[in-house]
Amino acid sequence: MNDAAIEIVDLHKHYGDKHAVDGLDLTIARGEVFALLGPNGAGKSTTVEILEGFRARTSGDVRVLGKDPHGAGREWRERIGIMLQTTSGRSFLSAREALTHASRLYPNPRNVDETIAAVGLEDKANAKPQTLSGGQRRRLDVALAIIGSPELIFLDEPTTGFDPEARRQFWRLIEALRGDGTTILLTTHYLDEAEYLADRIGIIADGRRVALDTPAGLRSRADDSVITWTESGVTQSEATSEPSTFLRALLSRTTGEVEDLAVTRPSLEDVYLGLVADGHAVDVPTEEIEVSP
Amino acid sequence: MTTTAVSRPTWGAIAFDRLKVELKEFSRSREQMIFIFAFPLIFMVLFGSMLGGQVLDGTDVTFAQYFLAGMIATGIINTGFQSLALSISIDRDEDALKRLHGTPLPATAYFVGKIAQVLLVSVVQIAALVIVGVAFFGVSLPTHASSWATFAWVFLLGTGASTTLGIAVSSLLRNAKAGSAILTPVILFLQFVSGVFFVYSQVPSWLQHIAELFPLKWLAQGMRSVFLPDSFTAAEVRLSWEHGTAAAVLAAWFAIGLVVAVRTFRWQRSDDR
Repeated sequence: MNDAAIEIVDLHKHYGDKHAVDGLDLTIARGEVFALLGPNGAGKSTTVEILEGFRARTSGDVRVLGKDPHGAGREWRERIGIMLQTTSGRSFLSAREALTHASRLYPNPRNVDETIAAVGLEDKANAKPQTLSGGQRRRLDVALAIIGSPELIFLDEPTTGFDPEARRQFWRLIEALRGDGTTILLTTHYLDEAEYLADRIGIIADGRRVALDTPAGLRSRADDSVITWTESGVTQSEATSEPSTFLRALLSRTTGEVEDLAVTRPSLEDVYLGLVADGHAVDVPTEEIEVSP
Repeated sequence: MTTTAVSRPTWGAIAFDRLKVELKEFSRSREQMIFIFAFPLIFMVLFGSMLGGQVLDGTDVTFAQYFLAGMIATGIINTGFQSLALSISIDRDEDALKRLHGTPLPATAYFVGKIAQVLLVSVVQIAALVIVGVAFFGVSLPTHASSWATFAWVFLLGTGASTTLGIAVSSLLRNAKAGSAILTPVILFLQFVSGVFFVYSQVPSWLQHIAELFPLKWLAQGMRSVFLPDSFTAAEVRLSWEHGTAAAVLAAWFAIGLVVAVRTFRWQRSDDR
């Protein structure tokens, strides 16, 4: 029994001259919640769709639950759940009907009513599908992804377009899933989402991995504080890993109030933006974090 | 691994459940209901009222009787080919097919569900046309069992050719919008030259030769052999129902449709690779 839910070795996907995925390596453990983070067009969705078996790769080796997803059959599909990036549109089935029919495709489906409750659609279970809001349809998409009791769930930009409250609700839903050992791979371009949900975060830019770390590990990269102040009418700034030492020196050589004095600790977002900005500088994997399932 | 293969749903159960989904979706789609049921009935009433009583030259057959056979044939093409091709294209455009492909649904169960839905809807559509024809336009029904046997093979072969061609064309179309623009004039052209709206023997012969290449002419002629008396063959172009040729042409289109459908079917949009 392999411990890895997903293994990607030197994955490439080329569209003509465009290298959407350009030599990606990644291993995701069973039971792990992994976030693939990156700006639009970084290759997140291309990667996920290759893992889902929807796209053929140009080169590289991919194993999902021990199988090559390209052309994988019914038995493999019974073990995975997919939430596409696009919200399901025109349907003539109510949420309960859609879930009931979907559940009949799987050997060991979840209970339909419990699943409806898990995504908070009790009030809309029998409603006409046209009356569901975008967020409610998205929750139905999650329900459809989990109805077959999958071992592995793909969530491709699940909360894009959500308001903050809906996003929080969605996060709680995903948190409830992680308890039962399900592996979850989600893509997002929201840093806070990746930080909140994921055991590990892989940041990709231009089809390459620029960082692979735990949220705490990423945050710890934000070690330099920035001190800014105004002196003789000129704005000054200093980045340092020892802000106190610098401040003592600054305060001792000035008198009175230091104008506009501020000490800023870079946020995770600054780390992320820094990593994505120099996306060409490929991450040296100094701290590969092992996560036990 | 604790997956219990024992409880895996059977192929038959899945295909039957797909048929139920298809029927629910069809019956709740106003556009489909109007196109499949109201459209042919309106044409039947319209043409039947305007021209239905006229007796065709040199025969004892009324235009209504002739027109009923043509409407049944065109109904089979509308349901099996045009409507199916467009509904699959729309499902593909909206990623509904991609979603299905992400589940353990076997492709064959999906197609069998679709085709079974087309067959059921076509039977209801034909029954409605026949009832209107008999009730309002004095159309008489065949009494020989052999006529109904002919109906059965013409219907099944025609529906088979229509559905496989519909599935094939859905993959060749770029998207559903283009599909509607391309398919509607083609079908309309064939309806005019294949003996649906006009008596086939009165169509110019060069147009007849074009019509002979396509299934609708043979489907219409096959349905005339069911609903018109055998004496009407005297008014047919080749003085015969040409059952052998009709079966051969429909079977050939069925085979072409099947091969193209299987080889070209896409679950995803053409720009989603």
